[in-house]
Amino acid sequence: MSQAVVEVRQLCKSYTDVTAVNDVSFRMEENRIYGFLGRNGVGKTTIMHMITAQLFPTSGEVKVFGQSPYENEAVLRNICFIKEGQRYPDYFTVKDVLDVASTIFPNWDAAYANELMEEFRLPRKRIVKKLSRGMLSSVGIVVGLASRAPLTIFDEPYLGLDAVAREMFYDHLIEDYTRYPRTVVLSTHLIDEVSRLLEHVIVIDQGRVILDAESEELRGCACTVVGPADKVEAFVQGKKVIRREPFASMISATVMGETGGAIQQEAEQAGLKTSAVSLQDLIVSLTRVEKAVNRG
Amino acid sequence: MAFQIDDSRPIFMQIADKIEDDIIEERLPEETQVPSTNQFAAFYQINPATAAKGVNLLVDQGILYKKRGIGMFVATGAREKLIEKRKQEFYEHYVVTTVKEAAKLGITTEQLTDMIRRGGSGQ
Repeated sequence: MSQAVVEVRQLCKSYTDVTAVNDVSFRMEENRIYGFLGRNGVGKTTIMHMITAQLFPTSGEVKVFGQSPYENEAVLRNICFIKEGQRYPDYFTVKDVLDVASTIFPNWDAAYANELMEEFRLPRKRIVKKLSRGMLSSVGIVVGLASRAPLTIFDEPYLGLDAVAREMFYDHLIEDYTRYPRTVVLSTHLIDEVSRLLEHVIVIDQGRVILDAESEELRGCACTVVGPADKVEAFVQGKKVIRREPFASMISATVMGETGGAIQQEAEQAGLKTSAVSLQDLIVSLTRVEKAVNRG
Repeated sequence: MAFQIDDSRPIFMQIADKIEDDIIEERLPEETQVPSTNQFAAFYQINPATAAKGVNLLVDQGILYKKRGIGMFVATGAREKLIEKRKQEFYEHYVVTTVKEAAKLGITTEQLTDMIRRGGSGQ
């Protein structure tokens, strides 16, 4: 096993009336791209704030590069955390942001930052406060990429970014990551867009880890089968059903099986109609079921 | 490019299949260099580790081989090997399912062979 960049054990964060993070444990290894996924308000950002030492856990342990991140300069300068709606001092221009970033991050590449500025069409002298929503997100992306921090976290980095700019971000991320491998964490709702960039996914729901798996193993591990109710029921018997929708005398059921697409072949041989389940569909199904179970 | 990654199977398998197709259809002749893992990653916007896994799958099967310091190349005899493998898959995936579907529709073996002849001549 390669070196753990992030190691979180039995992490909890409680406020007076809510438990935001409940017994979360996971590890992130060196030089891989992680998807940190889940619905809004399930504790993702709270966990990221604890990893980046901006929030103390109620209990549990956080280690980044093998050390506690709190007030630990050696750890913190190797982390770049790009968060949604990052605030900057009122009088800062785009150039000021880049200048500050260049003094914070040891691996900062000014030439690369300039190249990205051009591509994202960012006006260097503009006051950050006066940038559009999308431009502000672009500033975060430029800082995140050019920092080349050994642990780079993007938390919903693209509010207001159009499809073209997002494509540019993905292209640059893959290219620069290939040249300068580092650990990247992407937290986003646009799972379909990023799924093929991810090597591993961790899904959080209601303050807990509900899935921690290699993304290639998740591809083809689930499929949706459609057919007459009795036939579908017979097929799903003993399998993990993550979604079930009756439709007239038919049932559409999403089932999880082994990796490699075997379940789809099995269903076809049983004479059922099948369709592939994307990572996004899979996560939607999983986070829905959890909710229904808890309610009941 | 007509190649699309879909959600039904792991991406590394799809990358390996894509390279196999290129070899079979001679877009990648034997002893030519295949694109690097990083080129695959950039082109298909996929994780480089995934691209590497696809390429390595073919290395393990002796379809591709590595020239140290230069890159990956298509092995001599790779095309023939792949065609044999694909024939077996063709039988399993197409012939068996076709016969099954035909039986379901009440198409006799004779009618089916007739259809194949007609289909083959493009009528």
